Amino acid sequence: MLDDVLLVASNVSRRFGGLTAVDRVSLTLVRGEVHAVIGTNGAGKSTLVNVLAGELAPSSGRVQLHGRDVTRWSQPRRARGGIGRSYQRTTIFPRSTVLENCRLAAQANHQHALNLAGAAVQCPQSTLLAQRAVEQAGLAGQVDRIAGTLSHGQKRQLEIAMCLATSPQVLLLDEPLAGMGAEETERMLGLLAALKPGHAILLVEHDMDAVFRIADRITVMVNGTVIATGEPADIRRNADVQTAYLGEIDIAAATAGR
Amino acid sequence: MTAANLSNALPLMLGAALVAVFPFVGGKFYGDLMVTTMILGIFALSLELLVGRTGLVSFGHAAFFGIGAYATALLSPDAAPASLAWLLPAVLGITTLAALGVGALSLRTRGIYFIMVTLAFAQMAYFVFHDMKFAGGSDGRYLNVKPVLAIGGFTLIDLGRPLTFYYATFGALVLVYALLAAVGRARFGHALAGIKANEQRMRAAGFSTYPYKLAAFALAGALAGVAGFLYAVKDGFVNPEILAWHQSGTVLLMLILGGIGSLRGAVLGAFFFVVLKEVFQSEALFGAFARHWQLPLGLTIIACVALMPNGVTGLPAQLRAMRTPVPHAG
Repeated sequence: MLDDVLLVASNVSRRFGGLTAVDRVSLTLVRGEVHAVIGTNGAGKSTLVNVLAGELAPSSGRVQLHGRDVTRWSQPRRARGGIGRSYQRTTIFPRSTVLENCRLAAQANHQHALNLAGAAVQCPQSTLLAQRAVEQAGLAGQVDRIAGTLSHGQKRQLEIAMCLATSPQVLLLDEPLAGMGAEETERMLGLLAALKPGHAILLVEHDMDAVFRIADRITVMVNGTVIATGEPADIRRNADVQTAYLGEIDIAAATAGR
Repeated sequence: MTAANLSNALPLMLGAALVAVFPFVGGKFYGDLMVTTMILGIFALSLELLVGRTGLVSFGHAAFFGIGAYATALLSPDAAPASLAWLLPAVLGITTLAALGVGALSLRTRGIYFIMVTLAFAQMAYFVFHDMKFAGGSDGRYLNVKPVLAIGGFTLIDLGRPLTFYYATFGALVLVYALLAAVGRARFGHALAGIKANEQRMRAAGFSTYPYKLAAFALAGALAGVAGFLYAVKDGFVNPEILAWHQSGTVLLMLILGGIGSLRGAVLGAFFFVVLKEVFQSEALFGAFARHWQLPLGLTIIACVALMPNGVTGLPAQLRAMRTPVPHAG
């Protein structure tokens, strides 16, 4: 079980001048679990993801990966260490094919910058990883499509596929369901469920319906601090959460009839 | 080779063949002009690696061209020919080191700041050569005897002979082109293209992007040094103006004219720039007005940029797009 604790954040804070965007947040990501982080706009969810991914340095606190202190590691180093992330706004390479998008991401683990003799598209390891990621993400029929011509939902799938191509163990997903229709949402939830056994997943999401269906653990953030952490059933009953959300999102209504 | 590959490579091979036979049909004046074009082509190719491939708009690339040219002139003995065997590696080493130094600092900035910092470094280099006695100050410096490659008293290559120099320049252009084409296909080049498209995404995937950009900057500097070396040998003379900011601007214009993002665009851009300049400087065509050649050249370039946003190499695709009716969205 201890081997399955992949990422631990302890008392992580991030200040921007006078604003404390993330205030002493602690959380643990375990293999086989989807850990959802919910909260109103400006609660600090995306900043938290950026700090965990190494895109932003924490002002204080500690981040551990596989029991090793990675607080001072750069983002590329953490990525090679097994942290994959997706972005809220799609960040694919629009002019390349779906496969090349993933192949380039996979190449990060097979960097031979000085090898000028071999064509990149023939790199066997990264091509194999890319093909697997494309299939996993449900884009097998689209490998040769130019990424910019995909539908919105497919672009979001590609975003996840690029993340998977780097063979991560920890997935930090920032609103993967944003702007998706009902059918696309179902497909994405199916994908997340399939990824769950092998990965520790942090899911930042506004779609409460989806969160309560898929999350094993939920952390609720308000103004940068964690006001509650627990299993979905506990969070649903939590009085603080209901107060914080009153007038914003009615959790009881969103999860009624289930 | 597939048909598509062939039709793609055919214009390139035709162009190379034309350049290869040119000395026998073109005469001395146009042969000289062709050498200038090829040298500027190498210079433009080196900047294309930064601007077109990596998305780094350097406004100080003339510094490395100039440093390469000055290194060639300063290292050559006054009364005897320098040997290519050590001169060329020395020039490459010096320009690579200079580019590593400038790149290491300027690559910590982005966008407009990167443009300004590279410009500042180039101006610093300009004033070093302009104000220092050892380099001849604003008068510049002569390269008296052109370098040779000799083994045991037998001269293999004498760059003082015009025809030899023509083909040496042609060979350098082909080699630089082939090297950059290989870089473009390799993992290194794909990573650079990824950095241009979305550097943040590349970092998230696990690429430390700074060393990649620095390597590209150093390679671009070294190749600009090759162009500078050839320039110094061709004219036998260097002066600080070859490092000045308008030289950096001119090579950027060549890329824009030819079409940013393709190697052949860089070479074509250099070619068209030299042709346009030559036409507007011609007194036979413009009489006394030829003294004001900058004016029509500038206007022509503005017109080209306005009418051909993707440069000369983008023209066929642009014409095709104009002929096919725009399909309705949805």
